[in-house]
Amino acid sequence: MSTCSVTLETLPRHPEGKEILTCLQCGACSGTCPYGEVMEFPPRRIIAMMRAGMLEKVFTSDSLLACVACYACMAKCPRGIRLTEILLPLMKEQTLAHLPELPGELQRALQNTLRYGNPMGEPSRKRAAWVKTAGVPIRIFAEDRRPADALWFVECYTSYYPRGQDNSRATARLFYRLGIDFAILGNEEKCAGECGRLTWEPGLFETLMDYNMAVFQKYQFNRVVTSCPHAHNAFKNRYPALGFNWGLEHVTPFLAKHLDRLKPLLTRKLPYAVTYHDSCCLGRQNEFYEAPRQLLRAIPGVKLIEMVHNRVNAICCGGGGGGMWLDTYFKAKGYERLSERRVKEAVATGADVLAVSCPYEVSRFEDALKVLGYDKRMIVRDVTELLAEAMEE
Amino acid sequence: MHILVLMKMAPDVVEDLEIASDGKALDPDYLRMILSESDDHALEQALLLKERHGGKVTALAMDAPEVDDALFTAAAKGADRVMKIVDMDAGFTTRQAARFFSQVIADEPGLQPVDLILTGVQAIDDLDGLIAPLVADELRMPYLGIVTGVHMDASGKTAHAIKEFPAGIRGEFEIKLPAVLGIQAAEKPPRYVPVAKVRTAMKSVKIERAQTPTLADGGWPLVDVVEMRRNEPAGHAEILEGTPEAASGRLCGILAERGLF
Repeated sequence: MSTCSVTLETLPRHPEGKEILTCLQCGACSGTCPYGEVMEFPPRRIIAMMRAGMLEKVFTSDSLLACVACYACMAKCPRGIRLTEILLPLMKEQTLAHLPELPGELQRALQNTLRYGNPMGEPSRKRAAWVKTAGVPIRIFAEDRRPADALWFVECYTSYYPRGQDNSRATARLFYRLGIDFAILGNEEKCAGECGRLTWEPGLFETLMDYNMAVFQKYQFNRVVTSCPHAHNAFKNRYPALGFNWGLEHVTPFLAKHLDRLKPLLTRKLPYAVTYHDSCCLGRQNEFYEAPRQLLRAIPGVKLIEMVHNRVNAICCGGGGGGMWLDTYFKAKGYERLSERRVKEAVATGADVLAVSCPYEVSRFEDALKVLGYDKRMIVRDVTELLAEAMEE
Repeated sequence: MHILVLMKMAPDVVEDLEIASDGKALDPDYLRMILSESDDHALEQALLLKERHGGKVTALAMDAPEVDDALFTAAAKGADRVMKIVDMDAGFTTRQAARFFSQVIADEPGLQPVDLILTGVQAIDDLDGLIAPLVADELRMPYLGIVTGVHMDASGKTAHAIKEFPAGIRGEFEIKLPAVLGIQAAEKPPRYVPVAKVRTAMKSVKIERAQTPTLADGGWPLVDVVEMRRNEPAGHAEILEGTPEAASGRLCGILAERGLF
């Protein structure tokens, strides 16, 4: 079933709604929620309020602003209730409609995404400007319409944010050295819109989905490979309702599938102690736990150390579900930033590199390291950056 | 109470601006238009007044690329009626725009009577902020500009408007209605409207069309554009490279060379 068609009103009649009503009220969801202790209505109470027909009380509070769509409640639910996918987005949508004022940072991100196709409000016509700095040839479909095996959907932070562009340059070099037949959409690409349904704004999501599907249909390719776990999530779970039927890969597991050919290219020794942060969308939502670790272990010299909370128990960076644009709001409320909570754990491992696979995490963790004064002890690198660094020119 | 909001689209400076080959205007092929920021504040102020006092809000805009999106958004936010002035020649001036607005307000059914006409005090292509005072003059209404807050009086015949002056001085003015106000900022930031509501408005709201009036004397500009060009940088910043020690040494050297030590 397309969950896009479910509303709060119709939810109890859908199987997903009936499933929610089987909740045991065990509280595992609220206990595992990274902001559960600051929410007036944590997940367990939201379900209790739904049963009591009192949901309006929930969406007229600001509880749902603190939901970072980390899938932890869903992963821990003994009933397998899909809270992050169904009930919470519907509640967020209503919260958005009822909040007297949306936090300015989030409002700007949503408006920018609608107008410019990226939350930062960068010019849509400069989305592909980074390509000139890639150092390897990158084909843009609009300029060369020949079919490609892979459409590389670069996404926003990896197109515009300078440290995100490092990830893109590394990915381009890896694809080039592996002989991947790929092309990108360049300036035609817009945010995949996962920040839509999971981040308050289904209308925005549908607008972006309509747009991107129309662009996809202009070109011929076999699979979509994306640098962003959030885009991967949207393509996997939402776009099929509009006919998305191409193969789908996130860059990290995609590279792991090419490990046999990649490994001989990794000739430079990197004497790093690395700890890996599992992205929520890639990990809990898609269970890609081993692929990034296989890639890191393949780098000569790398020693992999696990954080206390890893894999399904990993602590969210705080960027999902709109959290990327709510740091100021959280700070004003006195909440601990989740990215700071996470880097404290990373630093405690004694590692000197925090490896990630999501473009949101680079800025969040680098900022957290600076705020906590750990930026001399630890650096943040995307797995692709480490792989590219390990390749001799 | 009837509040009229005059809106115009202005060049979006997030995207690159190019100067046209005649060197006298921006190249329309490179332009993306966006609702002028202070007009968005004027709309917000009108909606706040409607929420406080009731009445209706009409948004009236000059036709331009993407203006329909701006008008549907206005409707989704709470404007009761949306209208655009169509079929004007390209390159009309601020003075002509003011006359188009005033004549449409005077002639189109249902736009009068009006209690308040709100519009942005400036736009990036109207830095002189001429639209609002020119409209006020054409309609023989009082005008107040750089307004940051409006309160209607119980009589409905006057309003109190707030202006902010330098050095932390705040002025409150009583103005007889109907009046034209140039809004610098609404009392609250312009609200967010969910895209789903805008999409619904696109299906359910009709944008009315008003023909561009013929101006008796053409309303031709009194000032001509001679040339538009990019600023030429007069100097460049010097980036101090190297280690913090080397950079701070060089910085001390520069300060000493310029007699600042």
